Amino acid sequence: MSTDHRVAVLGAGMHPWGKWGRNFVEYGLAAAGDALREAGVDWTEVQYVAGADTIRNGYPGFVAGATFAQALGWTGARVSSAYAACASGAQAINNARAQILAGLCDVALVVGADTTPKGFFKPVGGDRKDDPDWLRFHLMGATNPTYFALYARRRMELFGATEADFAAVKVKNARHGLENPYARYKKAVTAEEVLASPMVADPLRLLEICATSDGGAALVLCSVEYAKKHGVASPVTIDAVSTVTPRFPQTIIEMPNFSTDSSAASSTVGPTFKESVALAAYEEAGIGPEDVSLAEVYDLSSALELDWYEDIGLCKQGEAEKLLRDGDTTLGGKVPVNASGGLSCFGEAIPAQAIAQVCELVWQLRGQATGRQVEGATVGITANQGLFGHGSSVIVSK
Amino acid sequence: MPTKTRVPAIEGWFTMDDQAPALLGSRCTSCGNFAFPKETYFCRNPHCQGTEFAETPLSRTGKIWSYTNAGYQPPEPYVAADPYVPFAICAVELATEQMVVMGQVVPGVDVDELTVGDEVELVLDTLYEDDEHEFMVWKWRPVDATDAADEEGDPS
Repeated sequence: MSTDHRVAVLGAGMHPWGKWGRNFVEYGLAAAGDALREAGVDWTEVQYVAGADTIRNGYPGFVAGATFAQALGWTGARVSSAYAACASGAQAINNARAQILAGLCDVALVVGADTTPKGFFKPVGGDRKDDPDWLRFHLMGATNPTYFALYARRRMELFGATEADFAAVKVKNARHGLENPYARYKKAVTAEEVLASPMVADPLRLLEICATSDGGAALVLCSVEYAKKHGVASPVTIDAVSTVTPRFPQTIIEMPNFSTDSSAASSTVGPTFKESVALAAYEEAGIGPEDVSLAEVYDLSSALELDWYEDIGLCKQGEAEKLLRDGDTTLGGKVPVNASGGLSCFGEAIPAQAIAQVCELVWQLRGQATGRQVEGATVGITANQGLFGHGSSVIVSK
Repeated sequence: MPTKTRVPAIEGWFTMDDQAPALLGSRCTSCGNFAFPKETYFCRNPHCQGTEFAETPLSRTGKIWSYTNAGYQPPEPYVAADPYVPFAICAVELATEQMVVMGQVVPGVDVDELTVGDEVELVLDTLYEDDEHEFMVWKWRPVDATDAADEEGDPS
């Protein structure tokens, strides 16, 4: 790894999450406009556009980079479009970062946005008996919450997690997001309300499973040199982007699979996939979990947030419930998790979400996260995972 | 009412043996790696260059790794009964293959009857029907709850 593989974040922007029902391009443009204004960079100065794709909005969604570039006005900027399910945003960030670090461009715009249908995510239409994502719905009725619930039940069995713990995660995140202007749900909830909400996939209830949302997020990234010339002497920087895939044998059942890998022909036992996602990021940044001031993790379910505490090294396996109960991951605690409110308050706008996680960290590290500020934050980590084996973790520091 | 023809909901994933059905996985002839669904092109063990696979029936019993249920009707392409009947779903550890395989739990068995570590066995059950066919799929049945799913049709 080179001695300095940091890139600077000049600007961050988001369109509020919601169920607005408009074209995803609008949300992307709003976010991009905010990020460019914050950066003090004119669109015509951007040399590279990295789009994060959406697969539910037709062809423009598949070529999101070009779609946003055209909508902002063709300038001849180079372009990429990336799809990696929930990790698409990290891929787009990494594409832009690689261009900057290779010296192929100085300043890049990263954009992701989505418009989502109501209800469960379902596979792309048609009769597709060679697509495991289609088949798991058809043959098992296995939705995304099915998999989240398998992990939740496993936590209860292995570590003594309780439904009250899962509800407490939701209560915490709902409180965190109350004043976040970009959050979709800005409403405090009590544990009683959570536990009274309908059971979707036992032991997970409606208020514990993230919704699907419309939203958009964008970042203006540049070389540290460019930032200095631009008058930003000590910018917030991206120090690591982990986009690792799993290692064989993958022994934990993952969406959209019917089975795990078999361990019968292999004796290798390494970190789990989710552990390896953060490990790669820490290694690249040359830091460890003890250096982290705050984390934004993918709380697709309340229970899954607890898994992430362990996977990103905030505590040992089986200790996440204690960390939660001690208030360590609450605003004001040792290492607040999902100070933004997380997916719990946002719902998921797939290609925008990993970018939004970084936007939040940028504002936190600059001390601009009004109403949810983590005091004295210097290092933040995001963690996320995309269907079909896409790790996503970004480390941001100032 | 004439008997409907029983056909697999997907070809080649399991045997249609009424008494002792089995999932059909593959075993790499080079390294012995198991896979389900069957591997056909290239062994997924990164240290193996194998491209030939033997079809192999997987263990018919295993232990529950975890479980849940579907309180809300899954979207298409799931073909739900009308009215919708919730079902349990579990992930099962197979000892010989050292892998976990998911599947629905037989009708009539809900999560309060399941525990991690319970032994379950593979059975065939109706996934959905049309006018002439019953489309069959594998499901898991607790070994101590054989009477819960013996009756065909509506579990209620």
